[in-house]
Amino acid sequence: MEVQKESSMIKQKQMLAEHFMELSQVRETGRKVVYTFVPGNLAEFVSTFDMLPVYPEINALQSGMRKKSEEYIREAEDIGYSEDVCSYVKCDIGMMLQGNIGPTGQRLPAPDILLLSYTGCFVFMKWFENLRHLYPNTEIAMLHVPYQEAGRIEPAAVKYVKDQLIKSVIPKFEKVSGQKFDIDKLGRKLELAAQAENLLVDIFDSARHRPSPIDAYFGGVYYIGPIFTAFRGNEDCIDYYRELKAEVDYRVAKKLGPITPEGHLENERFRLVVEGPPNWTHFRDFWKMFYDRGAVFVGSSYTRVGGVYDDGFRHSSKDPLASLAEYCMGCYTNRSLPQRISLLERFIKNNHADGLLVNSIKSCNSFSAGQLVMMRDLEARLGIPVGFIETDLVDPRYYSFSNIKNRLDSFFQMLEQRQSIWIGDDSLSDDVLA
Amino acid sequence: MGNVTYAQTMSSIEKLFDDLTFEYVRQWKAKLPSRRVIGFLPIYIPREIIHACGMLPVGIFGAGDRIPVVRGDAYFQSYICHLPRTVVELALCGNFGDFDGFLFPSICDVIRNLSGIFKLQFENKLVRYLDFPQNFDPEVGGVFYRRILDDLINDLSSLNGLRPTNNNLNESIAVYNRSRRLLLDLVRLRTEKPHLLSAVDFYKLRRAGNTLSVEDFNALLENLLQFVGQIDAEPEDKIRVVVTGAFCEQPPLGLIKTIENAGCYIVDDDFQLGLTWFSQDIPDYSDDPLGALVESLLELKTFSSAVFEDDRMRGELLAERVLERKADGVIFCAPSFCDPALLDRPILERAMNKHHIKHTSLQYHENLGQFHVIKEQAGAFSDMIKLWE
Ligand code: SF4
Ligand code: SF4
Repeated sequence: MEVQKESSMIKQKQMLAEHFMELSQVRETGRKVVYTFVPGNLAEFVSTFDMLPVYPEINALQSGMRKKSEEYIREAEDIGYSEDVCSYVKCDIGMMLQGNIGPTGQRLPAPDILLLSYTGCFVFMKWFENLRHLYPNTEIAMLHVPYQEAGRIEPAAVKYVKDQLIKSVIPKFEKVSGQKFDIDKLGRKLELAAQAENLLVDIFDSARHRPSPIDAYFGGVYYIGPIFTAFRGNEDCIDYYRELKAEVDYRVAKKLGPITPEGHLENERFRLVVEGPPNWTHFRDFWKMFYDRGAVFVGSSYTRVGGVYDDGFRHSSKDPLASLAEYCMGCYTNRSLPQRISLLERFIKNNHADGLLVNSIKSCNSFSAGQLVMMRDLEARLGIPVGFIETDLVDPRYYSFSNIKNRLDSFFQMLEQRQSIWIGDDSLSDDVLA
Repeated sequence: MGNVTYAQTMSSIEKLFDDLTFEYVRQWKAKLPSRRVIGFLPIYIPREIIHACGMLPVGIFGAGDRIPVVRGDAYFQSYICHLPRTVVELALCGNFGDFDGFLFPSICDVIRNLSGIFKLQFENKLVRYLDFPQNFDPEVGGVFYRRILDDLINDLSSLNGLRPTNNNLNESIAVYNRSRRLLLDLVRLRTEKPHLLSAVDFYKLRRAGNTLSVEDFNALLENLLQFVGQIDAEPEDKIRVVVTGAFCEQPPLGLIKTIENAGCYIVDDDFQLGLTWFSQDIPDYSDDPLGALVESLLELKTFSSAVFEDDRMRGELLAERVLERKADGVIFCAPSFCDPALLDRPILERAMNKHHIKHTSLQYHENLGQFHVIKEQAGAFSDMIKLWE
């Protein structure tokens, strides 16, 4: 089937192709390569040194989508990685052992530095400790980002992150890149980042419309691509979001639903919020299980994994390093459980969701531990139907179509029953539901 | 403790281990109205501070196979390790009724999010997640950690209105130094003569160290060192192993017994790593005892999966430990689904290969009831090493 593509999607594809092309040419260009993580990533900081980022998480998810992950995971398990641990790590290590061929079919360069931005997930530390052994003599820069245990960003934590940047991370980057750190250059990039962030917030907020012009989960994972990876802080990124916003505005004006692989979603029936990352190995089939039923996601926590802009944070040039620190600390998995619950509650209320779905990921304790409590808390507090499914990110052995389908059948039954009660009650209109 | 016999000592330790209702804790607390009890999760917390605030730090290590998990399973998916289930089960059954607060050290995402569950569940108790620095520069990680400890003192003091003086802190540091020294004496004694104190008894003893007041524990250790030193027994023909990877969720006693019965003296392990987190004394005469605690943490040489490796190569530390304990091999023994331990394993295995140290690997969960496979594996490991000697 011919998949429908909008011009923003084509633009994103071009941006990625150029990025991977640049990565494949570092031997000739001499540009240095940074491996780092998506949550609370320091994209502007990396490009201030004219270095190129590689995100092993993105490579892993791409391998999942290209059906390569199982082979990579088995390769890693063969050299001693347990079946129990995060499949992203194994997929990445397996890919490296098989020649480090990236999503575009080009070989990815080895890292010149590992930026261990230790934000919201403990596995990150273990992952890069492992990579450092596999790439001996590679510089490693640890940036420890404290957890928001008290449900807020403490000034002492901002200072700690800033101090690490100044005393440890910047000197290592200067050494590896051969460039002096230029705080004004960083500041300019942060201002550009804020412009893209404003646009992204508008795009996600459009989900409050009925029908929703976006799918904030399956479409959302594409929308966050540029901002959470290599492009935040540059003009191209802003252009991408302008283009995307124009497409979304058009759909709002025409009362069109989001684009699915099979065209516009017509007849929106269920509006859902989802907690947890998607499955990548069966991404299309997984999505289809929802759009076939007229279900659209109007909010998702996963699309906040790189950073959260919903409560007003924008990058700023006022105190660039503090801005980076606050960004890192604000990302979704670095928030306390009560904070995560209230963010989901906000999505549900603001975007008039009918139900909450939890996609619990076998690999990811960072997301998954505590999800059942969050789910029950929201169910009790808001009185909405909740659904629970289990998959994995990139290990297809943990994707069971029939299990997921059975659970979704019951979930949709609950949603239907709820709707029929409300439809039968003439006194309730859409406004009341809001 | 007075003049008690070895058998009496072991039986009191056993009773303590079996008591999931924390009767000892209740009695300790009842002695003074200002006394408070602070539970903590693995691995390390600065117990000196809790002690200096007039409180009892009590380690929470789950319940192993000793309680059925009825409600705990509704809190955690099947692919999450077992420890948080029994912790939640104990909490929901009211076993922590005498506890006034809970501390969760930053060792993994499960413990971190468990702290969130406790926050939601115990709104009227102190619940703190302690973010230990992963930067070891005194002016960076040191300053941050100092702030964490200051906040901890404020939080604890709010529970009983007592603020520890420098003197109190120094005294507490001294009594814990003594405790570590005694424990390390016992470790050294077992290095020479592991047959004098079985791995299971030594394990139970250390579990007692995470429940008893440090004063009671020190008295117990002193007694035991005397007893054990006097025992006259011949070692059996067993290999000597270091067990690593079991620093959080605890192996069932049956597993420890099985390893030893299968021909392996466990001459070192990380089951209760927090008790000997520091191998050196922390200065106990300083004008700035908190500073001394901070410095000790920054200079930590302990081998732990929860601390950034930086330039303290974990595999090398383990190899040194093997040498120091004159061990014949290493058993990687990690809880199922434990990311920190299991992701370290390949690194450590490579290091052991480099140093030509034999190793084997097994996984468990705290309520494992069948040990045939472990018996066979440990037995085969022991036979293989003997064959190579
Ligand atoms: S545990 Fe989760 S957040 Fe961490 S690396 Fe794996 S998938 Fe990513
Ligand atoms: S057993 Fe491992 S994963 Fe589970 S709580 Fe302990 S350290 Fe975390």
